[in-house]
Amino acid sequence: MSMLSRVANNIYWMARYVERAENTARLINVNSHLLLDLPTRVKLGWEPIVDILSFRSIFYEHYEKADEKSVIRFMLLDRNNPGSILNSLAFARENARTVKEIIPQEAWEQINSVYLFVNENKADAFSRRSRYDFLRTIIRANQAITGLLAGTMTHDDGYSFLRIGRNLERADMSTRIIDVRSASLLPDIDEDSQAFSNIQWMSVLKSMTAYQMYRRQVRVRINREDVLSFLMQEARFPRSLLHTLEQVDFSLAQLPNSKEVINKTRQVRNYLLNANPAKLKQNKLHEFIDDIQVGLIEIDSRLHEAYF
Amino acid sequence: MAIRWGSYKVKNLHDELIRAAGKPRDYASDLCEYLRDLSDKDINELKAAADSAIHVMGITFRVYSEEEGSIDRAWPFDIIPRLIDKKEWDEIESGLKQRVKALNMFIDDLYNDQNIVKDGIFPASLLKKSKNFLPQCKGFSPPHGVWAHICGSDLVRDNKGTVYVLEDNLRVPSGVSYMLENRHVMKRVFPEMFAKYNILPVDDYPSQLYDMLAEMSPRKIEEPEIVVLTPGIYNSAYFEHAYLAQQMGAELVIGSDLVVDEDDCVYMRTINGLSRVDVIYRRIDDWFIDPEVFHPDSVLGVPGIIRAWKAGNVALANAPGSGVADDKVVYAYVPQIIEYYLGEKAILANVPTYKCNNKQEREYVLENIHEMVVKPANESGGYGMLIGPHASEAEHEKFRKLIKADPRNYVAQPMLILSTAPTMVGTKAEPRHLDLRPFILSGKDVNVTMGGLTRVALEKGSTVVNSSQGGGSKDTWIVDMEDEE
Repeated sequence: MSMLSRVANNIYWMARYVERAENTARLINVNSHLLLDLPTRVKLGWEPIVDILSFRSIFYEHYEKADEKSVIRFMLLDRNNPGSILNSLAFARENARTVKEIIPQEAWEQINSVYLFVNENKADAFSRRSRYDFLRTIIRANQAITGLLAGTMTHDDGYSFLRIGRNLERADMSTRIIDVRSASLLPDIDEDSQAFSNIQWMSVLKSMTAYQMYRRQVRVRINREDVLSFLMQEARFPRSLLHTLEQVDFSLAQLPNSKEVINKTRQVRNYLLNANPAKLKQNKLHEFIDDIQVGLIEIDSRLHEAYF
Repeated sequence: MAIRWGSYKVKNLHDELIRAAGKPRDYASDLCEYLRDLSDKDINELKAAADSAIHVMGITFRVYSEEEGSIDRAWPFDIIPRLIDKKEWDEIESGLKQRVKALNMFIDDLYNDQNIVKDGIFPASLLKKSKNFLPQCKGFSPPHGVWAHICGSDLVRDNKGTVYVLEDNLRVPSGVSYMLENRHVMKRVFPEMFAKYNILPVDDYPSQLYDMLAEMSPRKIEEPEIVVLTPGIYNSAYFEHAYLAQQMGAELVIGSDLVVDEDDCVYMRTINGLSRVDVIYRRIDDWFIDPEVFHPDSVLGVPGIIRAWKAGNVALANAPGSGVADDKVVYAYVPQIIEYYLGEKAILANVPTYKCNNKQEREYVLENIHEMVVKPANESGGYGMLIGPHASEAEHEKFRKLIKADPRNYVAQPMLILSTAPTMVGTKAEPRHLDLRPFILSGKDVNVTMGGLTRVALEKGSTVVNSSQGGGSKDTWIVDMEDEE
């Protein structure tokens, strides 16, 4: 039985929204911690979070300044923000609801309950103390969804769309984090203030949950070049750009009529492999990441043309 | 102790579990004893367990309100099951089979020779005015002459203990998924009782439904493509559509997933291109199913689907036009319909029904409206009804006017005192009125669910059991007492 186009589309978006909610939760958790470590004169603050997700204009329509409380409300709970965690989970749930007959019951239950959890425990987002657990719960619940799907869903076409959605979303978020973080962090720091520079590159790693894995692999002092090439080109690290693109490629290969989309995906992957992003200066890096972003968007539209 | 059967008042009522204060019916004694021994704490734990199962399983239904639009509500569920002795059920089951068989013959006749009209049993004038008679279906007869493959008939019991059929739902009856889910919830909450009682299973409904649908396939192939056609996630019964599709392993589709090609066959749009569909279990009303034939601006339906159906290239369940037999005026004729086609007396009783198109009966209704339940012929879900004894003088007057303006559209019935069953109110059990909707599948064979969906009016004294209007539900246990060791 071949899969309905609409169903494939819903599974794809369900996976994207679940991944988006998790990535956003990770990002905010890391930011909360980073702020504690930085000297007060460094104005890192919360605005970069809004920038990473390109929500600057929507944000300032509803809030006056990007203080902690406003950004937290906006990113976690605000119904006006299409990318808030609550909205992402609501969209994931609506998509899941329409494909309830395709995904395993337990996975649906998990998606349903993480949405309900966030909706019912909103107050926990605001105090720093409870926020950590609140976000951890979201991250774990989303990991549980991924795990349940991996462990209980037949690895059929539907599963391929799920993986494609998850990995494209992850690629999208990774490029955003690298772009904004590397740009907004550096200029404010004195060249010789090594300790803080270190902390900031650590934060980039941690935003992508890459710190520990990076450390195991790269023994020298944390530096921009190594971090960038790890996050972009380390094929074995599941949140690196290269890894996500290869996952998309692999999943596409399981699907019918995937030639066009595969070609596009490989084009973006080759572009990534042939470049040496770590060596790029900040403005060139930004351009490079823009190109990759455009590539991701093109993969998405080829998918829509081919299947949805 | 939380539940004291001694103070459970059933005077002037027929209660499904309790015969008289402190005295459970034979088949309910084990259950009542078990409930009696529960502490308040136990009861609260059981209720919480049921709620959390419902919550996590995502059992919801949608309600429409003008203020809030459509919202999802958790399914209101009462933990005390409703029991029926299998001996009594067997009789009800044969009554339902008989009824649905006759109704299908009636529909087939109306769209073809109309012998029942020619023979003067069913008035031609009623047929002419029927909103649900679809002239587009004339001269057509589906395989086995079966139009209403899935029927949900509402049964009630009055305070004398007599079981009546209240109405037949032959279009797109809903509720069967709640029957199935209620059983799952109960198994999670009361596993002990399942060991104690011999409760007849309901779980085979989806596979019976699948078999029936597969058998309808115009292409005689091993694995016909069966789909469930839903209006979409905003429909109040969407949960059920998705549930049944999942349980049957059928594809759940919306109108835009399907397309009728130049060969008059129905296809669905898949990632591999178009793929042929053989059987459609449609949960969209007749009026919306094909914009080429009915509502031209319906976006829910599939243009050309009626064409494909009449060409015999796709099977539709229920067949379009089945609704002609489930309006509340036709209902009044069902006993005659059974006699006419089967030559048998109706096994199940009809509630005495006054047809407002008959002058004498109308006069009676207008005079006694404060004691009667008035129903419009073509509404479902309890909408547009008048419950005389509970309504104001102004409402009585409003309905008198409505009836006079369009008598064919109204029937009235005496107000029955519906039977009750113990229902949790806090940690106490109080009697609440209920009904029962069994589901009947008609293909080559006829199958009736073991029990059905028991709906209960959660408000004290209320008889409105619809979930859209404050009703809840209970698991229904057909218990075989003869098999007890």
